[in-house]
Amino acid sequence: MIDDSLVDLSRWQFAITALYHFLFVPLTIGMTWILVIMESVYVMTGRQIYKDMTKFWGKLFGINFAIGVTTGLTMEFEFGTNWAYYSHYVGDVFGAPLAIEGLMAFFMESTLVGMFFLSWDRLTKRQHLAVTFFMALGTNFSALWILVANAWMQNPIGAEFNYQTMRMEMQSFTEIVFNPVAQVKFIHTVSAGYVAGSMFVLGISSYYLLKGRDIAFAKRSFSVAAAFGLASILCVILLGDESGYEVGDIQKVKLAAIEAEWETEEAPAAFTLIGLPDQDAHHTDYAIKIPYALGLIATRSLDKTVTGIVDLEKAHEEKIKLGMKAYEYLVKLRAGDESPENIAQFDRYKEHLGYGLLLKRYTPNVVDATDAQIQAAVKDTIPPVMPLFFSFRVMVGCGVLMLIILSLSFYYNAKRQITEKRWLLRAALYGIPLPWIAIETGWFVAEFGRQPWAISEVLPTFMATSSLNASDVLITMVGFIIFYTILAVIEFWLMFKFARLGPSSLHTGRYHFEKEQQKLSGLHSDLAN
Amino acid sequence: MFDYETLKLIWWLIIGVLLICFAITDGMDMGVGALLPFVAKTDQERRVVINTVGAHWDGNQVWFITAGAALFAAWPPVYGTAFSSFYFAMMLVLFALFLRPLAFDYRSKIESDKWRNNWDWAIFVGSSVPPLVFGVAFGNLFLGAPFSFDEFLKVTYTGSFFELFHPFALLCGVVSVAMIVFHGAVWINLRADHIIAQRTPKIINISVVVLVLAFVLGGVYLTQIDGYMLTQIADKNAAPDLLNKTVERATGAWLNNYTLMPLTMLLPLSAIALALGSALLVKVKRPGYALLASSLMLMAIIATAGVSLFPFILPSSSFMDHSLTIWDAVSSEKTLNIMLLVVSFFLPLIISYTTWCYVKMWRRVTVQEISENEHSAY
Repeated sequence: MIDDSLVDLSRWQFAITALYHFLFVPLTIGMTWILVIMESVYVMTGRQIYKDMTKFWGKLFGINFAIGVTTGLTMEFEFGTNWAYYSHYVGDVFGAPLAIEGLMAFFMESTLVGMFFLSWDRLTKRQHLAVTFFMALGTNFSALWILVANAWMQNPIGAEFNYQTMRMEMQSFTEIVFNPVAQVKFIHTVSAGYVAGSMFVLGISSYYLLKGRDIAFAKRSFSVAAAFGLASILCVILLGDESGYEVGDIQKVKLAAIEAEWETEEAPAAFTLIGLPDQDAHHTDYAIKIPYALGLIATRSLDKTVTGIVDLEKAHEEKIKLGMKAYEYLVKLRAGDESPENIAQFDRYKEHLGYGLLLKRYTPNVVDATDAQIQAAVKDTIPPVMPLFFSFRVMVGCGVLMLIILSLSFYYNAKRQITEKRWLLRAALYGIPLPWIAIETGWFVAEFGRQPWAISEVLPTFMATSSLNASDVLITMVGFIIFYTILAVIEFWLMFKFARLGPSSLHTGRYHFEKEQQKLSGLHSDLAN
Repeated sequence: MFDYETLKLIWWLIIGVLLICFAITDGMDMGVGALLPFVAKTDQERRVVINTVGAHWDGNQVWFITAGAALFAAWPPVYGTAFSSFYFAMMLVLFALFLRPLAFDYRSKIESDKWRNNWDWAIFVGSSVPPLVFGVAFGNLFLGAPFSFDEFLKVTYTGSFFELFHPFALLCGVVSVAMIVFHGAVWINLRADHIIAQRTPKIINISVVVLVLAFVLGGVYLTQIDGYMLTQIADKNAAPDLLNKTVERATGAWLNNYTLMPLTMLLPLSAIALALGSALLVKVKRPGYALLASSLMLMAIIATAGVSLFPFILPSSSFMDHSLTIWDAVSSEKTLNIMLLVVSFFLPLIISYTTWCYVKMWRRVTVQEISENEHSAY
């Protein structure tokens, strides 16, 4: 039988470790390009200040990078340790992009990151810039392949179930790579990373400007961040991955849940700005709606409808019944009765096998499910609407706030008035957490919105676990929480320390705190004379 | 291009190559980390030792990550079975692996003895626990693990964490730690300031003796424990069927491959010769060649383990017919083909730019260099 506490704990552990890892990755993705921009200016102009900028922001990047690398290992391990049936069931497809990520991207990024920090004196300027550039490229490729893998979980195309091996097998590699969900996800996620990098540099530069320290250094950093950040936030918002919700049935479910779209409306659907979704009643209380907006955003058209939850549930009920058929023939085939007739029957129904498996939660034999059990499974196909509805709105809200901050920063920076706009500098400083809130809620929408599936319409999450005791997972989860909390404290402390110290931490003798010291020692020697 | 059976064999070799590269590169870092408290006395000396691998540890670690991902892609049932069966052992490795990247990056950022000492211990633990667990895990591949599959191929493990500590497995742990320490010591001898390098010959001599003795003892031990034999399997070119084969057990059967193919005897013999040769090269002050020899030695040791187990990857001690072999615990032909193309393209590329990095950073790291770059070195 399904051990619900094992399933819940496995999910919690994965969610905690993935969300934690994802605190550090976006900053890495964004900062690498900012470093490339700064170092390029240094190589082109030969001005020392840009080299100092590359080195100082590189220091902060390094503090973040180390913890990103460290916590990334966890997910790779967990696929095997905690999701063993998942590994078996989809490894043939899902493992490939992960391995390619290692070979094509992670190797490049990691091999070069050490060079970035330690080879300044051993390489020519151009060689070092090439190192920084390829490090950035590797980081972005890394995101690409991880998102190809993730997109396949959302929209599993290019693969088919093989009853002989009892798993999904790859049919078309190109379909998997060019999965439309992967395309939009990639653009959306890396741009969000660029925004995180920009907001980080922008906020910390604002701090120096507010304190009146290292003005030349801070202004230049601010300029780079404002320009790169504005371009990136426009990218995130205009190419938001909502357009990806049109493809694949589960993406439609997610869209309907995010929007609390209970009934299919006449196109173009209205967008519910805010309200209080009530899942049992299939109704949103106190809804404030903007006419046409949802249809426009989601379908990019005036005539296509956005399918509502009620209609999706009806369709899922049909699929579950077909899935029961698929399961019936699968059992016969696995028992060795491989008559051509059984194979033909199975092939007829097998695309719905996943829906049949949903019933395993209620009856181990699936085929004997009662109407009530089928209805319970139908209910499971819609993830809880309320948390998705609000997370999505928090994400969008943060995005809008960042758009305002970045636009104004860009504008006043271009007019060379930025040091006078102290309110804006303060907004930029206190706005540093915004990209993280947006990114974490965005992750939640994408992955929680996929439930009850590990692989959409293929493998229910509750079936994907390992055969462990719930207590095993509880022990490691507590271990992760303790360890990760300590890491976070250390990381934050180092980050704050170095961010406060600013470029003086490079010990070049050219920046604020060291000049202060020089002044003091100058005074001392004057006195001595 | 290749038929399915050949592809399966090629993938066994590729996984082997990835593991060997991991042992040679990241194994070196781990050896260096495990020796950190013993070869370096002052903070500056420790920084010298760390900086011999400073620019490379991160790239080196990716051999491990890529070997894991390749295992996932090519042998999914092995990935799920081994990782979930050895749950706490894998978690132990994971937590130990957490420590190194942070320690390398953070230790020298703060000028405090307490801070740096703590991180140095983190490096030590993070470098010595993984090779120990990997060795014990490898030993358990020979012993088999009690697992079985249900009709939908969901795996269940019925053993416990403490079962993993069979004397033979512990012996494999000793081999693993000794070879990593040896390799790391040779690297320090080659790349660290003379004042530190001169302390390594003693470590090299001790570790080579331990290594050779444990390795030989392991071979003798194998004659006494049960080995597994694949006596019947369905068509190797058809869709792999994990449950449809016959496996038998017999004392000393792990050595059968050496009688079937006597040439393979060269592997364990060359492992011993290379270990001794490498130690000798250190003695006659040819540390570069010594490192080459110790790298080849790692290759020979891992290949010895692989050949002895062939065609098994992880035998089941409770349901022998459910054992995982390279013929039936693999991905589909299509996936293996595509991934072979990917590997053939990227592996040479990776080796080229990694070599470029090593060449550019090649030098003996001195105490003087560290004091000149106090604020930028690790």
